[in-house]
Amino acid sequence: MSALVLVGHQFRYDQKAFWRNPASVFFTVAFPVVLLLIFATIFGDQTIDVRGGIETTAYYVPAIITLAVISATMQSLTMSLTIAREDGRLKRGRGTPMPPWVFIAGRVGNSIVLAMMMLALIAAIGRLLYDVPIPWSALPEIVLVLVVGAASFCCLGIALTAVIPSQDAAAPIVNALLLPLYFLSGVFIPDNELPSGVVDFANHFPVRPFFQSFFDAYIPGAGGASLDWGHLAVVAIWGVAGLLLAIRFFRWSPRGG
Amino acid sequence: MPDAVISIRGLRKSYGQVEAVRGVDLEVQPGEVFALLGPNGAGKTTTVEILEGYREASAGQVAVLGEDPRRAGRAWRERIGIVLQGSRPDPYLTVRESLALYAGYYSKPRPIEETIALVGLEGKADERASRLSGGQQRRLDVGMALIGDPELLFLDEPTTGFDPSARRQAWETIAGLRDLGKTVLLTTHYMDEAQRLADRVAILAAGRIVAAGTPADLGDRENLPTTISYRLGDEEVSVQTRTPVETLHELTGRAVEQGLQLDGLEVTRPNLEEIYLSLTSERSE
Repeated sequence: MSALVLVGHQFRYDQKAFWRNPASVFFTVAFPVVLLLIFATIFGDQTIDVRGGIETTAYYVPAIITLAVISATMQSLTMSLTIAREDGRLKRGRGTPMPPWVFIAGRVGNSIVLAMMMLALIAAIGRLLYDVPIPWSALPEIVLVLVVGAASFCCLGIALTAVIPSQDAAAPIVNALLLPLYFLSGVFIPDNELPSGVVDFANHFPVRPFFQSFFDAYIPGAGGASLDWGHLAVVAIWGVAGLLLAIRFFRWSPRGG
Repeated sequence: MPDAVISIRGLRKSYGQVEAVRGVDLEVQPGEVFALLGPNGAGKTTTVEILEGYREASAGQVAVLGEDPRRAGRAWRERIGIVLQGSRPDPYLTVRESLALYAGYYSKPRPIEETIALVGLEGKADERASRLSGGQQRRLDVGMALIGDPELLFLDEPTTGFDPSARRQAWETIAGLRDLGKTVLLTTHYMDEAQRLADRVAILAAGRIVAAGTPADLGDRENLPTTISYRLGDEEVSVQTRTPVETLHELTGRAVEQGLQLDGLEVTRPNLEEIYLSLTSERSE
């Protein structure tokens, strides 16, 4: 049986399990939608002094897509892999003829499909409810940024499981890392209102450069979409670092007991 | 005699300063149900996980289906099935789905419905694992280990924590494996479980095998010492003997001759539980 068939097989069951888990569906799918509705309702009729002034909703659509992609990849993988590890399912899977990486590949595939789906969902809500145009001409750039970002945040999520001691610790640890970064990176608070020191600081972490790259692709300036390769490179470097740490430190056996 | 399915020579395993397994030798033959019996911390799980390829031995030779488990590849994994001590199936997948998921990992899986029947979960096939009892989850786990139609099955404490009826159901499932011709290595800390299920038993205590044989051999009390105890004045006396009739004759003869009272005179034949406890307790100091 070819490896791709195995990955597809694993992916099908990961999808089933994902959609039946109320917690994962809420945090990955419903929560970003709710956040967008809240931000749009509270700040809807204002403009933000970014790019010479844009609608608040036009700012928050790419911001919430950024959050949704990170949620579907890093957050969801950290949670589901830690739970599978502590329940002994990763170790058990290693005892079968399936190559261990197939298990990871199925989960990563699940995350990337969810990230794509959330891109489409938030973009559609933005278009239908708030008239935020979908930049079809920038689609190649959008997909490129999304794939680099999703892959990098998957690697970071897999690496992060190495320092998570138990199922209960997974959510607090991943939130303690991501929530401050969302605030510091302009995802929740528009970056023109952030002190420049904060933005400089956030530029060194993966959330802000990913948000910037995605924003540039999604809200094209006067001269069309312009990707800042430097931002995308920072995201990719974090991703590669995550991959190396994951390869070195990822654990298949339960840590608790 | 055909080649042993499992063969271990001088197996040792240390974790830092602690030696968990201290020189184990054993062989398991094809079609045999072999029980590794011992208290918690005796080294059962360490031994089994070395055989399964999860852990590296510190010393000694290990061959499972003729291969070193640490070097064996996918073809070898096709031939074994593993039930770990603490693993749980995916709570959001049904019994049938969990089996189908695992069936996809093997090149020649058993039919799913047949496997469901084999582990006695016919009525629960479309139930999610989260709605199964602990005993049913464990039987699903056994089903997932059987789905690849392995020759050799490892069961690490398959009934620990079960109530008596769940244990009896698990026993029926395991007894059914013998009829399929599978070789089974199971660990347990229940004497009655080993006696009931196993063709041969090895008792492991503090990393060593302290007794091995068929359950009948282990229970061969004729060959084990009888205890004769009595009080002489304030002193408690206890004598172990393999010739209780002679010893008793001599003892009572002397007592009558010297006019001694042997208060609380008692002759005790060891039962299996005591044999097990005495073998395992003296080594676990």
